Amino acid sequence: MREIDVRLITERVRELCIKANTELGDDVIEAFDRAMKKEESPLGLEILKELKENARIAKEEDVPICQDTGVAIVFIELGQDVHLVGGDMNEAIQEGVRQGYRDGYLRKSICHPFTRSNTGDNTPAIIHTEIVPGERIKILVAPKGGGSENMSRLQMLTPSDGVEGIKKFVVQSIKESGSNPCPPTIVGVGIGGNFEQSALLAKKSLLRPLGSKNPNPELDQLERDILEEINKLGIGPQGLGGRTTSPAVHILMMPCHIASLPLAVNIQCHAHRHKEVVI
Amino acid sequence: MGDIMRDPFRLNTPLSDKDIEDLKSGDRVTISGILYTGRDAAHRRLYDLLKEGRDLPVDLRGQIIYYVGPTPARPGKVIGSAGPTTSYRMDVYAPLLIERGLKGMIGKGMRSEAVKEAMKRYKAVYFAATGGAGALLARHIKRAEVVAYEDLGPEAIRKLEVEDFPVIVINDVRGHDLYREGEKKYRKE
Repeated sequence: MREIDVRLITERVRELCIKANTELGDDVIEAFDRAMKKEESPLGLEILKELKENARIAKEEDVPICQDTGVAIVFIELGQDVHLVGGDMNEAIQEGVRQGYRDGYLRKSICHPFTRSNTGDNTPAIIHTEIVPGERIKILVAPKGGGSENMSRLQMLTPSDGVEGIKKFVVQSIKESGSNPCPPTIVGVGIGGNFEQSALLAKKSLLRPLGSKNPNPELDQLERDILEEINKLGIGPQGLGGRTTSPAVHILMMPCHIASLPLAVNIQCHAHRHKEVVI
Repeated sequence: MGDIMRDPFRLNTPLSDKDIEDLKSGDRVTISGILYTGRDAAHRRLYDLLKEGRDLPVDLRGQIIYYVGPTPARPGKVIGSAGPTTSYRMDVYAPLLIERGLKGMIGKGMRSEAVKEAMKRYKAVYFAATGGAGALLARHIKRAEVVAYEDLGPEAIRKLEVEDFPVIVINDVRGHDLYREGEKKYRKE
């Protein structure tokens, strides 16, 4: 048994909120570089260069990559041999988000659904907690913008729709979203589970490093097939036309009910931000 | 579509009908002068005022609205990150604002047929700035002050003074649409 004070969680979440919003991951920068080699549209190429330059300025000047610093999504992997002391873990996470968005000069983007009145401190964050073996805590913070989240889709397909139905729905979702979700977009796909699980799988699939292969050969092939179709659409960087609509499709899958084929498509804009730490 | 290798057009605000007529879908433009910020919540208020026949807190005739909710400025800075938000959410409000004299909108993403029709009829133009390039775009903003709806926080209406703010013409008064035409050009069957 290991004791961990929840105040340490607050401090780490605070730091991760700020870092995730100002430092774009190397895997995303490398994806821009790969896209630049393939992009045929001069305007598309110009946009990709701007995005790389934007990431450089953000890091250098400590200014957010994008003004939409998002809803703070916090993934916690809590070791079952950890004993948390000093307070409520969920409240400690919310406090970390509150401090991070205040001290990092990040935009507060959370409001009441009806009145649209801003909560003022970017809480509540969305927290996903998983209990895992061991005596460590992994904290991952992923700020997610509204533009790409708004274009995400969930469909309860029927078993007869099969793999072809899955491909068709994912490609159609990207086609309809066009220029709206800030392409190049990373396409997160969750297959199976049930209604809410498929959405969570889609979100989690986005966290795999860009440029890495799906460990499941069947899904690896499906990712390639869908990606090829998506990049034939011609949407391109910022929807202005071009080859690079998406640098990657990521899939997570799990078994589902004999009556169902749940499918979720979570679109991630090119400002693909997430940072993690292990305590 | 305009020739993208050509140097950008330089445009100063406020915009005249002649300025608008000269712009073509695909043109790269740099804007200097004043931009007013406004997004979802501010648009709802502006729209309601017009519907009630009341005056707006800012005179938008000849002006450009930039769909943006910037991040807070660090001490000593003019503004934080300030890139465009997705425009379609303003589609229900935009035609009335255009009818009353708004000349330009800066955002990202497709517009509705009603907005495109209003742009043709009353001579207005829709520009896109690069979404997700908020750090880069903020460098072109030289002054910023809240002029209405301070209670809306990031959604307040701000008056921005900009220099060579880089945008691309998406929809012009002739009914061209760079998103449609660009996508069609690079689509593979």
